Amino acid sequence: MGELKAVSACAGLVPVCIGSVTVDGMDLECMTSLSPFGDALALDGALKKAHGVGWPQAGQALGDATVRVIWFGRNEAVLIGPEADQGLGDVAAVVDLSDAWAAVSVEGAGTVDVLARLVPVDLRAAAFGEGQTVRTQLGHLGASITKLGPERFMILVFRSMAATLIHDLKQAMAGVASRG
Amino acid sequence: MRIDCPLCGARDRREFYYQGAAVALNRPAPDAGVEAWDDYVHLRDNPAGETRDLWHHEAGCGAWLVVTRDTVSHAVSRVELATDVKGAMA
Repeated sequence: MGELKAVSACAGLVPVCIGSVTVDGMDLECMTSLSPFGDALALDGALKKAHGVGWPQAGQALGDATVRVIWFGRNEAVLIGPEADQGLGDVAAVVDLSDAWAAVSVEGAGTVDVLARLVPVDLRAAAFGEGQTVRTQLGHLGASITKLGPERFMILVFRSMAATLIHDLKQAMAGVASRG
Repeated sequence: MRIDCPLCGARDRREFYYQGAAVALNRPAPDAGVEAWDDYVHLRDNPAGETRDLWHHEAGCGAWLVVTRDTVSHAVSRVELATDVKGAMA
């Protein structure tokens, strides 16, 4: 096969800047689902050895921009960044999800107000700090929302839902911006 | 209405899918007989008071939950992971 050109799920849709909030695409490199066989102890060890980041508790997001391990549901987390180490397959079900999910960052003053219009979880700083993550809904979409920094979030949705995600975010951003 | 998911915390009802009575956790043995299976598949209690339901945290962690609630007061008294409830039955 010839050399294929990679196209981001949000190509042509981002960046979007309305008011003080900006939505932009994120290039996650690789994204791999990990579900431990039995308890997560062995996987925690294997993850630390191979990627330097352990197994997260429910609602926890570990690591940094180079390697992240984000809680993704009951007995499931995703490894974001590097290609998953082969050895992880001995202690967990390993599924490559790269290209199957769309990732965007939402940031700027008022981001929490924008997300409050779409997400039924309290994402204000007092309730939701850096290193925390939730699986919830954004509008009608199932989403994973992780706090990366003050007024900065990462949102993951199924790739096929990227245009709906951007549409919903734009509408909420315009609504918040119009209130001045 | 909010359900206090053991993994995610208190969440809005829209994130959950209602399955029905938690009887599914007591599946009879294949050779338990027609009566036991008829009861399991078709017959449900309709209590005025405490009842146990299975809910799926569909838009959250994906866990199946056993929710104990009161049909008279609508109070939810307990939410447990179905896997824990089933494990405790073994």
